[in-house]
Amino acid sequence: MSIGAEPHPRGIRQTMSDLHIWAGLLTGWFLYAMFLTGTVSYFKDELSQWMRPELPHQAEVPDAAGVAQRIADELQKVASGSSQWGITLPDARNNVASAFWRVPGTEGRRAFQSATFDPATGHKVSSRETAGGDFFYRFHFQFHYMPVLWGRWLAGFCAMFMLVAIVSGVITHKKIFVDFFTFRWGKGQRSWLDAHNALSVFGLPFHAMITYTGLVTLMALYMPWGSQTAFKTPAERQQLTAELSAFIQPGKPSGQKAALAPVEEMVRQAQARWGHDNINRVTITHGGDAAARVSVSRGDQGRTSVSPQYMLFEGNTGRLLETKDHVGPAAETRGVMYALHLGRFGDGVTRWLYFIVSLAGTAMVGTGLVMWTVKRRQKLPDPDRPYFGFRVVERLNIAAIAGLSIAMAGMLWANRLLPTDLPDRAAWEIHSFFIVWGLMAVHAVLRPAKRAWLEQLWLATAALALLPLVNVFTTHRPLWRSLAEGDWVFAGVDGMLWALAALHAMLAIRTARHSTKVRPARRAAPLRPTPSSAGERA
Amino acid sequence: MSAVFDRARSAGPLLSRIVAAVFGGYGLAALGSVAALALPMDKTQAVITGALASFAIYAGAVVWVFAVRSARRAWAGLLIAAVPLGLAACSVWSGGAAA
Repeated sequence: MSIGAEPHPRGIRQTMSDLHIWAGLLTGWFLYAMFLTGTVSYFKDELSQWMRPELPHQAEVPDAAGVAQRIADELQKVASGSSQWGITLPDARNNVASAFWRVPGTEGRRAFQSATFDPATGHKVSSRETAGGDFFYRFHFQFHYMPVLWGRWLAGFCAMFMLVAIVSGVITHKKIFVDFFTFRWGKGQRSWLDAHNALSVFGLPFHAMITYTGLVTLMALYMPWGSQTAFKTPAERQQLTAELSAFIQPGKPSGQKAALAPVEEMVRQAQARWGHDNINRVTITHGGDAAARVSVSRGDQGRTSVSPQYMLFEGNTGRLLETKDHVGPAAETRGVMYALHLGRFGDGVTRWLYFIVSLAGTAMVGTGLVMWTVKRRQKLPDPDRPYFGFRVVERLNIAAIAGLSIAMAGMLWANRLLPTDLPDRAAWEIHSFFIVWGLMAVHAVLRPAKRAWLEQLWLATAALALLPLVNVFTTHRPLWRSLAEGDWVFAGVDGMLWALAALHAMLAIRTARHSTKVRPARRAAPLRPTPSSAGERA
Repeated sequence: MSAVFDRARSAGPLLSRIVAAVFGGYGLAALGSVAALALPMDKTQAVITGALASFAIYAGAVVWVFAVRSARRAWAGLLIAAVPLGLAACSVWSGGAAA
């Protein structure tokens, strides 16, 4: 479709194009950050391992039953009297056990504490304090420095815009198939458009799926009306929760003390049912009370669903009370959609595919944002002094795209360089991320746009490329040792950092080569009437 | 002065559409999620079905609002779609009170 060749009044494709542009622009910066941090989260467990270099490489997965017993023993000491303990067990990708527990006598969100434990000893891990890859994961749906619920609503709002942008984008492109095979290199705006189209169409099923399923993961928050209408009492609502989550809710304690039967035995029964390394979580309510319950839930292997499947045991006898191995059809649909979003069901190959397509989605949002300025730059009356809105978009693009890469790398630098005894160290790693990002925003405003792009892209390249070297000097796990010991997590993260550095260098080189010689507006400005604008006026 | 007035007048329909899309669309989706309870299935499954489908209703409503020729038609379309959903939802609300 050539611009300006349509003599018709605004057709559906034109209005959808406008909708696409504005829905994309208004939330694009958030969406870009959500997409990129979400993409990285497909390797969050590996990143978490890299960020805890004190913990040795896990050559094989420890036996879930033994680990569960050790953590339960430890929790009896550190979280005694708590109404609920939730233990996530280590697996092939995760070398720590983590647990949260409800702090007795408190309510609401602050009522939970959590810690990571060494599977071998059951004690709290002796590594540097870090949020690990979980920070990026949490950031991608609830941001930071704001109440969790606000962040989730904001993310939902942006995701809804994304969904609208996808639908309107598809309607805009009647030649979606042909467009996919069209690529005009080095043609300025055309190339940006073609890149945007190729990236979008290549991953279209994925982008649509990931956006919709993203909304589904938090649907209880966004669309509570059905459940509020249908269920009036907490007991009724419990029926719904049981279809969605494997976390058993604490009932009433009896007040009588009773020792917990061996958790190990309960996990063994679950292992016999679902597979030795296919145990995900152990939840214990009122551990140490006669009314204790233990649920052992199934892992992600062998099914593309996160719907709750668990075995429920009586805590003080170890008697099996219930085996939940299916949910209703709608709940299963939701479980599948949720699992498709997380991509945890897959093996390494699937995970890499997720990562690559998701990266294409990130680039889709990024090229869309950049295209907004590329398209408008040519029509600027005075290219040296663009109007305010243009400058805002241009600078925000730089900070949101190039700046984010630097900020994320910055957090990994902080992970290696902050002193291990710094109070609130994990929080400071996160502060570093935002401080760096803020500095990049300031830099983007102060420098000429093209210089700012180049400087930030090269800085990102350097920040990423140097990280494996920083790792050499600050840990005992340099790349050569990781390779020699077959530690593919450390070697993989180091290698990935270099691959990403190369990607940023490529972007920087292309940006430098790209001529921003704006068509002299003086020639175009007075003689603007193109066929379309003439048509509008007529 | 009249230029300001003209601008406000020309922005009116657009604002109206934005409100229709963001809030009208959400309202329709929320109504749809309640209407799903009228489906002949287990209550818990109906709740989940309604919530799952609501985002598609929302997206469809937004596209509708910007696809039609005028803001008035946009609202009219939302209201027409709301009638059957509202009837279904009403049957749930009144039925829920009886049960």
